[in-house]
Amino acid sequence: MPLNAESPGASGLNVAVLVSIGRHPLTARTRRADQDARAVEMALSLKGASVNLMHAGQHDSDNEEAIRGYLGMGVEEIRLLEQMPQADVVPVLTDALRASAPQLVLTGTRAETGEGSGILPYLLAEALGWPVINGLAAVEKVEKGVATVLQALPRGKRRRLRVRLPAIATVDASAPAARQSAFGPARRGELDVQPHASEADPSLSQWQIQPARKRPKRLKIVKSSSARDRFKAAAAKSDGGGGQTLTDVTPEQGAEAIFKLLREEGVLR
Amino acid sequence: MLDILLPILIFSALLLTVIGAVRRFRLWRQGRSAPVDWVGGLLKMPRRYLVDLHHIVDRDKYISKTHVATAGGFVLAALLAIIVHGFGLHSRILGWALLAATACMFTGALFVAKRRVDPPSRLSKGPWMRLPKSLLAFAASFFIVTLPVAGILPADFGGWILAAILAVGVAWGVSEMFLGMTWGGPVKHAFAGALHLAWHRRPERFTTPHNASAARSSGLKALDLENPKSTLGVEKPADFTWNQLLGFDACVQCGRCEAMCPAFAAGQPLNPKKLIQDMVIGMRGGTDANYYGSPYPGKPVGEHGGSPNGPIVPREGRALVDAETLWSCTTCRACVEECPMMIEHVDAIVDMRRFLTLEHGNTPNKGAEVLDNLIATDNPGGFDPDSRLHWAADLNLPLMADKGEADVLLWLGDGVFDMRNQRTLRSLIKVLRAAEVDFAVLGNEERDSGDVARRLGDEATFQTLARRNIRAMSQYRFSRIVTCDPHSFHVLKNEYGELGTADMPSDYEVYHHSTFINELVKGGSLTFKAWKGGSVTYHDPCYLGRYNGEYEAPRDVLRALGIEVKEMARSGYRSRCCGGGGGAPITDIPGKQRIPDMRMGDVRETGADTVAVGCPQCTAMLEGVVEPRADIKDIAELVADALVIDASAGKGASNREASQTQRNVEEVTP
Repeated sequence: MPLNAESPGASGLNVAVLVSIGRHPLTARTRRADQDARAVEMALSLKGASVNLMHAGQHDSDNEEAIRGYLGMGVEEIRLLEQMPQADVVPVLTDALRASAPQLVLTGTRAETGEGSGILPYLLAEALGWPVINGLAAVEKVEKGVATVLQALPRGKRRRLRVRLPAIATVDASAPAARQSAFGPARRGELDVQPHASEADPSLSQWQIQPARKRPKRLKIVKSSSARDRFKAAAAKSDGGGGQTLTDVTPEQGAEAIFKLLREEGVLR
Repeated sequence: MLDILLPILIFSALLLTVIGAVRRFRLWRQGRSAPVDWVGGLLKMPRRYLVDLHHIVDRDKYISKTHVATAGGFVLAALLAIIVHGFGLHSRILGWALLAATACMFTGALFVAKRRVDPPSRLSKGPWMRLPKSLLAFAASFFIVTLPVAGILPADFGGWILAAILAVGVAWGVSEMFLGMTWGGPVKHAFAGALHLAWHRRPERFTTPHNASAARSSGLKALDLENPKSTLGVEKPADFTWNQLLGFDACVQCGRCEAMCPAFAAGQPLNPKKLIQDMVIGMRGGTDANYYGSPYPGKPVGEHGGSPNGPIVPREGRALVDAETLWSCTTCRACVEECPMMIEHVDAIVDMRRFLTLEHGNTPNKGAEVLDNLIATDNPGGFDPDSRLHWAADLNLPLMADKGEADVLLWLGDGVFDMRNQRTLRSLIKVLRAAEVDFAVLGNEERDSGDVARRLGDEATFQTLARRNIRAMSQYRFSRIVTCDPHSFHVLKNEYGELGTADMPSDYEVYHHSTFINELVKGGSLTFKAWKGGSVTYHDPCYLGRYNGEYEAPRDVLRALGIEVKEMARSGYRSRCCGGGGGAPITDIPGKQRIPDMRMGDVRETGADTVAVGCPQCTAMLEGVVEPRADIKDIAELVADALVIDASAGKGASNREASQTQRNVEEVTP
């Protein structure tokens, strides 16, 4: 890789990280969310960048403990934009981002609590008119308002992108693991609680929310006498089958292809 | 001429010694304050030194006897020399006494010199090689100088030349023995050591009998987490309490700790002696270039240095000690057990680890993951806490939640998630049922005892887990806790006490299963078949033996089974660690060989077919050694295998009943 910058030269870069309340998959205890913590890790590893953490949500003791998990990574302060339960956090985050004007916004791909639809970064990008990148694996360098980043693709592939800042980037499990959260800094860190008007999410209030159930997976029975074949079948990752890779197409052509697929799959009618 | 010179020499040396003592005292007082019994401690000091300490010093008979002669002779000689030559009280009786004292010291010094001819590697060299010569010079010069006083030689014997030689000898001896004591020479150990014994951080260690559990005082001290201003562990030498610093300064560099340290033997970068010396260097400021003992394996001397208010382990780069040195320790307490100065190495290491974990967030390797699991799932493996009793689905274990009270609370420990340890637990339950013990388990209300979290320095997680366990236990009535995990045993017994409150006291009567089974055997509630297996050796778990002084019960049980234990060379209080304590398997600092392999080597030397253990950690570590090797069996397994369950009698009835209730639904083949 032509990595001429040994550390991402990001001095003076203003990075905002949006963090949420996580939930442990087994015990459902609140914690720092894994992907958001990775986003914080990525921001902290950008040398010379100023990192601001933001959380929009309720301020109660359970949440505070989870938020202090991020402070324990060595962050001095976190802004808590206080919201009512079940509020739509997009407007308040949009306003906050517009006001603080960061060059780069990092966040996890999807939250571990609430809707967890993963749509928030896109809604923010739409509202702010900024580009959005998913699966950010590394920030290589930032020069003259343009960041060179690596995007993680399935099966360990990486794609180098140049993106004009300001931009929003989401990280998933392919980003480097978050550092340990330490008790001392977590206890000392400041919570800057700012009450904000909440906009209720009308559709959310009508939804009925229940814990997800793991669906049983259909076993593929491979009838083969050779152990090698059976092993291969068991170990192979299922291919999506079908699909096509489009390269060097205009955004219109790309959108056209996606639109066509959605229609075929019956998502759009 | 000597009559004028000697008082000048002696009193100027004494003056400088006092100045040095004040400076030294101020070095120690850089540490945090700690309450001590100033006068009482000083009064108790002679007894502590002469009686309480003697059994440790006496483990090395040669140096113990040598020390009696040398140090005893010196103390007497010094006092008499001040009277006779300092104050010029030329009494013939005092002269003879001084002659006897110096002769005694001279004899001792000869043996010190002999040990230094080809010193074992554990001893420090450098100024320590000079010490026997200085001792001889002191003793010889004062002997000859005193001859005229005793009336053996005429006062002007030898004339100018001898007087000059003697003056040089006295000056040399006095500077080493008086000045060196407070200005940092080898004899410093006498001064700092005596005061360390007087103002020791754990005065209860000097209670008699020394093998009593209280006299071991092995529980770590809790950090005050309620106060947001309190420092979390030790970042810089000045963060130790002042009497800890005094303790470090008392080190005589005998290297007994080094000889016993399993991490040092495995080639991991830890040497307890060097660690204590590094703390002395940090307290004074400077580098370790003037350290003349064995280095940390793989780390050359002269590259590290620090200052009282500089970090011990920096976030980046090098300072006084590298983090991996601290993480190599298995907290097996072999160094503390051996130390003739009662220095508390493990306390110091955990203090420094606390800072690394709680402030830096820098627990190496799997440390962070294990701590996260402990926080989120109450067990280090990250297993579902509601699946704690899955292993016992067929055992119909009585739950505290159902019974409310029982004679014995059976503490299962995190071994419930480990398939190997589940076999031990099954055996233990078979034994308890055979003896008709009224017991119950906490089930899903039990959490990790917090041992690993605490040794990894995460005091916050330890205290959370401990408080929740205490709350769970406070709901029920039981007279004692029995556990087959010495780590839980130690923590419940010695470390929970500090965390109890008035309405939730946490002083429990805790039994290791070997002790409990031994009581059952003595009470006649168990009958055994004759032992038919091969030869057996016994491995003492550190947390049962050195931490809690239980060496005999497991051996009694084995004896009751008809087993004659083939002891390993290192057993009892000198048992070598399996490598599984203190979170060492989690932080996994590389060395040249593995500690369990070395321990299995010890087992091999006895030729035993089976090694009996009493700890899930030891079981896991020793079973991890590649075959061919001895079988590893927990005491509970050996007992359960040998049980004779009399079906006609009431014994075992509850067991069968239990298994019958399990079978009220049977599979019917179509």
